Amino acid sequence: MAQGVDLILVLAMLLNFLVLGSSRLRACIRAVAFQGVLLSILPLLLHQGGLAVHMVALSAGMLALKGFLFPWLLLRTLRDGSMRAEIEPLIGFTASLLVGAIATIVAFLLSSRLPSLPSMTSSLLVPAAMATLLISLVVLVSRTKALTQVLGYLMLENGIFLFGLTLVQSMPLLVELGVLLDLFAGVFIMGIVIYHISREFDHIDTYHLTTLKD
Amino acid sequence: MSVIHLLWSLGLVMVFPPLLLGVIHKTKAMLTGRIGAPVLQPYYDLWKLLQKGAVYSRTTSWVFRAGPLVSLAALLTAALFLPLSAPSTLLSFWGDAVLLAYLVGVARFITVLAALDTGSSFEGMGASREVTFASLAEPALLVALAVIAKVTGSLQLSDMFGPGLVLAWHEAGPALALAAASLFLVLLAENARIPVDDPTTHLELTMIHEVMVLDHGGPDFAFILYGSALKLFLFGVLLVRLLVPVHIGVLWLDLGVVVAGLLGLAVAIGVVESSMARLRLIRVPQLLVTSGVLAAVGLLLVWR
Repeated sequence: MAQGVDLILVLAMLLNFLVLGSSRLRACIRAVAFQGVLLSILPLLLHQGGLAVHMVALSAGMLALKGFLFPWLLLRTLRDGSMRAEIEPLIGFTASLLVGAIATIVAFLLSSRLPSLPSMTSSLLVPAAMATLLISLVVLVSRTKALTQVLGYLMLENGIFLFGLTLVQSMPLLVELGVLLDLFAGVFIMGIVIYHISREFDHIDTYHLTTLKD
Repeated sequence: MSVIHLLWSLGLVMVFPPLLLGVIHKTKAMLTGRIGAPVLQPYYDLWKLLQKGAVYSRTTSWVFRAGPLVSLAALLTAALFLPLSAPSTLLSFWGDAVLLAYLVGVARFITVLAALDTGSSFEGMGASREVTFASLAEPALLVALAVIAKVTGSLQLSDMFGPGLVLAWHEAGPALALAAASLFLVLLAENARIPVDDPTTHLELTMIHEVMVLDHGGPDFAFILYGSALKLFLFGVLLVRLLVPVHIGVLWLDLGVVVAGLLGLAVAIGVVESSMARLRLIRVPQLLVTSGVLAAVGLLLVWR
């Protein structure tokens, strides 16, 4: 069980690097979706003592939203918005990978300073959560397309979810469902907004949105 | 270690490497629907080249002639440290893992010097590329070795790839898997295989390793070919021993497992080469940094 959890967390951390290193938007969307699918398995593995109904519901909801609905929405936006499926980052790919490595190291250092909770089942949980959070911030800052910003938010939520798992026994279902719902609404609205931006302006580069015009 | 054991291991190191190239070529040929050269073709090539005389340019010095010899000597020495049937190796001392990495470095260094010695700008370009990529591949290799050293608690190749590794796979499986993935990428880069370099091309803009040895001919080129096969063997043995850390105790079976693993690896390389295009030169450092990052994350996992 612990082996499986560790494996999933390591895979999730590697997917962070895939998002940082890939130049294909499509591959990034799939990577974040796969990360969501992996994380949705975790509550079931981490929950000790029988399967509670609300944990199964949470996993199923997360799997459906992050694994299927969000990627489908984003891929549809990508297709309909007729945008270039390539990422043009402010920081180069090699540099982003190095920044990602540094972020992961920082995450491990930080989490070694934190007091460990007795309910924590895997020692990788907190470092993985922090690494995902930090790398999602890097993605948010260094990628200028509106779509990649959505991806950054999704990764951020994955990181927050991992943090929530440290308290998996007592995590209130309502809170997590609320977050998922917010996220769903957010991605849905952003999908529509991006679509309209690209209809209006021929591009979805947020870099150009910083200058005001009449 | 008995004499028979020694002779078999030595024989494997000396005779087996070119077969790997043959298997890779055969795999690629079969996947692309050709019959391809015989599996033993590299041996025929080596024999043919050894029969020939060498031509040396007047602008070259002794460095050019020393290049293939020193390079082959360094790689052969490195091969003696290989954990073919760990825990017993031909040569062994504490810290030989570092020596192995740097003997490969010595081989590269002298090849680069020989390439620069020709005075051809073309070979200088190849040398520059080789060194650029090596500067990224070498840290990845060392960090990957460090992961194995950390989990097995030893810097000696015979212990690192010895019986302790089986236990280590249970304790730190993900970290070792990352190290293996990193080693595989380093293997592709160091041996000028496809995502990094195309060993069959003679298109000047894309060559890396091949361009450095253009001026060598005859026996010198045979040494270089044999050396590159040996280098593939070297990294292949490390990867195979890492992935299949079995230790049966019977010499035949142990060597057989390594040979079978290496043949499997050669087929895997052939499949990678047939299914992928060569990366753009500018993307190669990214691949190598990825390999370094994989190994570094692995090291983080075991070092906490």
